[in-house]
Amino acid sequence: MRALKESNSPVDPRVNVIDKRLENVKRIVAVSSGKGGVGKSLIASTLALSLVKKGFTVGLFDADFTSPSIHRILGVKKLEIKEERGILPMQIHGLKYVSIVAFSGQKALPLRGVDVSNVLIELFSATLWGSLDYLVIDMPPGIGDATLDIIRLVKRIEFLIVCTPSLLAFETVEKLLTLLRELKVPVIGVIENMKMKQVFSIKDKVAGAGFPFLGEVPFDLDVENVLGDVEALFGTAFAKKLDEIVPRIIFSQSA
Amino acid sequence: MHEWALAEAIISSVIKVVEKEGLIEVKEVRIKVGELQQVDIDILEFALSELKTDKLKNARFVIETVKAELRCRACGHLWNFSQNKLDNGLKESVHFVPETIHAYIRCPKCGSPDFEILEGRGVLLESVKGVK
Ligand SMILES: Nc1ncnc2c1ncn2[C@@H]1O[C@H](COP(=O)(O)OP(=O)(O)OP(=O)(O)O)[C@@H](O)[C@H]1O
Ligand SMILES: [Mg+2]
Ligand SMILES: [Zn+2]
Repeated sequence: MRALKESNSPVDPRVNVIDKRLENVKRIVAVSSGKGGVGKSLIASTLALSLVKKGFTVGLFDADFTSPSIHRILGVKKLEIKEERGILPMQIHGLKYVSIVAFSGQKALPLRGVDVSNVLIELFSATLWGSLDYLVIDMPPGIGDATLDIIRLVKRIEFLIVCTPSLLAFETVEKLLTLLRELKVPVIGVIENMKMKQVFSIKDKVAGAGFPFLGEVPFDLDVENVLGDVEALFGTAFAKKLDEIVPRIIFSQSA
Repeated sequence: MHEWALAEAIISSVIKVVEKEGLIEVKEVRIKVGELQQVDIDILEFALSELKTDKLKNARFVIETVKAELRCRACGHLWNFSQNKLDNGLKESVHFVPETIHAYIRCPKCGSPDFEILEGRGVLLESVKGVK
């Protein structure tokens, strides 16, 4: 006898296609921090552009849906995303870029956690990144919905952590690092951003916690003046210093 | 329209059920489509028929549309999305990412953007019927 079998617990079909959407992406890097305002967006953008300069194929995804920033750093005039059996990223400065700004424009987009999850799932399940060497993801701060969902949905995610030389920043980063270790999520290492004079250093603390310290990037007053002009951005001390760190990311064996 | 992406997601999910339940043939797939996402059912059906694999070749796809119900968290007001008029550009944004309605519409009673989508957001795979 052939049995008729019915399986009926409703499922969200979108999550089952995410692996496939990312199957031709070699490395997926979430630029993250426990703290807000430490330079995640600036570092994610500059890292992505620097990887393009080195000849890699790169995608850049703005996962900070309520406070997206990348369009300003890249100087995107009109964010146009095409669709053809899915969402096709915008091509800009040699990289593929996707942001919620394509759909919400300059409007405020107030979202609860459940909405953040849904947006993340929708964009990951519908975006056709194609073949990439790197997909760089600019994360919102902290260890809330977006961070948990990225870990849940993107199996091969690696974290690149940004921290400023402040006890307040480091304390939150330490918690993020501890969580990532507990969840066995690979960490490429920690970048110390906005280095000024030697007051508080996170270098030894990062090493002491058993994570790679990738280097320090100076506080650079010129950065504000070059937002939106990527060629000028590359001329800053900020970008030059970050560029020295990039090989460490490329050759990293995630801890 | 990203109906094709949604269809691919549905087929992937059905295949998962097929593997998990050890089905040799799928007879029927029930899908719920939320009104909010404004999925073009014809394109979705076409995409599904194009993408179906061998074990799904005799499957019937039953698609049910679900009204989008919204509830204000501030005042408790319950309303239907079809009451809200959006121009075509905004409709397209909401089609791609339904949550963007939080940028464009407000509770008709109190003006709050803090409302939840109770039902009828996007695509759900309801059930898979098949032969073991
Ligand atoms: N090394 C630096 N020197 C000078 N200014 C910097 C440096 N790094 C970042 N900034 C500036 O600091 C501000 C915060 O940077 P950014 O927006 O990249 O931080 P973030 O961590 O992404 O913030 P959020 O948590 O809100 O997403 C921006 O104005 C940016 O231009
Ligand atoms: Mg940011
Ligand atoms: Zn209300």
